[in-house]
Amino acid sequence: MEMFTYTRAAGVPQAIEGGTQAQAKFIAGGTTLLDLMKLNVERPSRLIDINRLPLDQVEKLPDGRLKIGALVRNSDLAHHPAVESDYSVLSQALLQGASAQLRNMATTGGNLLQRTRCMYFRNEAMACNKRTPGSGCSAIEGDNRTLAILGTSKDCIATNPSDMNVALTALEATIHIQGAKGERDVSISDFFLVPGSTPQRETVLEPGELITAVTLPAPKAGSKHIYLKLRDRASYEFALSSAAIVAVVNGGKLDYVRVALGGVGTRPWRSLEAERVLHGKAVNAKLFEQAADAALHSAQPQSQNAFKIPLAKRCITHALTLATA
Amino acid sequence: MPSQKKPLPAHLSRRSFLSSLGAAGVVAGAGPVLATAQTATPVAPMAAGSTPEPIEGAIPVSLRVNGKQLALQVDPRTTLLDCLRETMSLTGTKKGCDHGQCGACTVHVNGRRINSCLTLAVMHEEDEITTIEGLGQPGSLHPVQASFLKRDGYQCGYCTSGQIMSAAALLKEKCGPSDADVKELMSGNICRCGAYPNIVAAIQDVRQQA
Repeated sequence: MEMFTYTRAAGVPQAIEGGTQAQAKFIAGGTTLLDLMKLNVERPSRLIDINRLPLDQVEKLPDGRLKIGALVRNSDLAHHPAVESDYSVLSQALLQGASAQLRNMATTGGNLLQRTRCMYFRNEAMACNKRTPGSGCSAIEGDNRTLAILGTSKDCIATNPSDMNVALTALEATIHIQGAKGERDVSISDFFLVPGSTPQRETVLEPGELITAVTLPAPKAGSKHIYLKLRDRASYEFALSSAAIVAVVNGGKLDYVRVALGGVGTRPWRSLEAERVLHGKAVNAKLFEQAADAALHSAQPQSQNAFKIPLAKRCITHALTLATA
Repeated sequence: MPSQKKPLPAHLSRRSFLSSLGAAGVVAGAGPVLATAQTATPVAPMAAGSTPEPIEGAIPVSLRVNGKQLALQVDPRTTLLDCLRETMSLTGTKKGCDHGQCGACTVHVNGRRINSCLTLAVMHEEDEITTIEGLGQPGSLHPVQASFLKRDGYQCGYCTSGQIMSAAALLKEKCGPSDADVKELMSGNICRCGAYPNIVAAIQDVRQQA
């Protein structure tokens, strides 16, 4: 690990000021950043410790929305009464991610910025356009079984590994950001970027900008929530395919449905295509298959991960079955 | 067959004896290993707050570990795990993967279990840190420690302190009653000997007694 200067930020403005300096990184839970610093994949020269900032509360806003501070730990968020009762898809996703120890450390803001598990990104000896722009992609010709089939480019096929992000996508979360130029709110659908020719840019965050909170819209009355995660092991493993579903069924018809996928996309993957197929229709198995086909319509498999197409389809149909039962 | 086992001298702990062998290993090329081992001075655990040689770029941090406040100078890159083991000689906490994947380094910070390999020592000023050395003592074991002994919840023992720290924290967490619930919440602790059935039994015994 390379040497860095360490500063404990006393307030948000001070953190942002420090964060705008060259090669500076914020550190919260540290579960991604320190892991990658040990691999020399991340080499910050300044670490701004934001753990003491007052961003660790979950609060119900007067208009019914839920505001989640950026420093709320994954375990606390998963077990928060309002999340368990009104946003269960988020609770389910969080509890299927990582281990109990990591969930006690990882934060809401940090999980939004979790880096890919692509083994070529994590190995500084290998070519990787995300880590070293212009060096090439070792994964396309290499070991790509776990990598993405949606939103890929000729320069990068790395998967977004987060479960939380998939649930937040289905819940249409808003990310609150503060920077030297002021505050701004970004919808989660606009927050993550597909790799294109610049896979090193994963989100719309500018240098020095700090995520301060995430808000969820007021709970959808009568909605049923499912997070279904399929993986190589029963626990403590990243998704090969996952689906987050929020659905409201009235008189046997889907009045409201949100479909987001994990483990298959270069970013948390909202499937508007699947939602269009489903909306207003009578619940039945054939419909779910049509929605799954629509969701994977543009999938582009690599040499080792074509199995993810039928896997993701079964994940979607099963999750929809559970969410509408 | 050896005629009889000689007990270690009373002032030698297992740890200090092994440390002295390590020191002998360094100079093994210069003379007979056995002779050196007999004359080497056991390495004593570093006293709290002492800094034998200055560390370049070190910054001060005050840590509270197992109820004791310690003022230290540490390289900011030092993980909590390395600080516990190398600076404070609290070697009960183990380094397995050093990347948050195996759980051998599990300690409690403010009563919650975390991976000490993925956090920096300097991030823990004012935090209450508990390691396996602070969980129980010979003669007054933590119930989880006693249960691991009774149920034989280990083979080689390397993952055991992490397993016990994890299990002790689990007792205070939301966890369903079944073995499957325990396995899910213990999945961050890997045992390559495969002592899992006995580990789960040890934890369930304590939960059922509570």
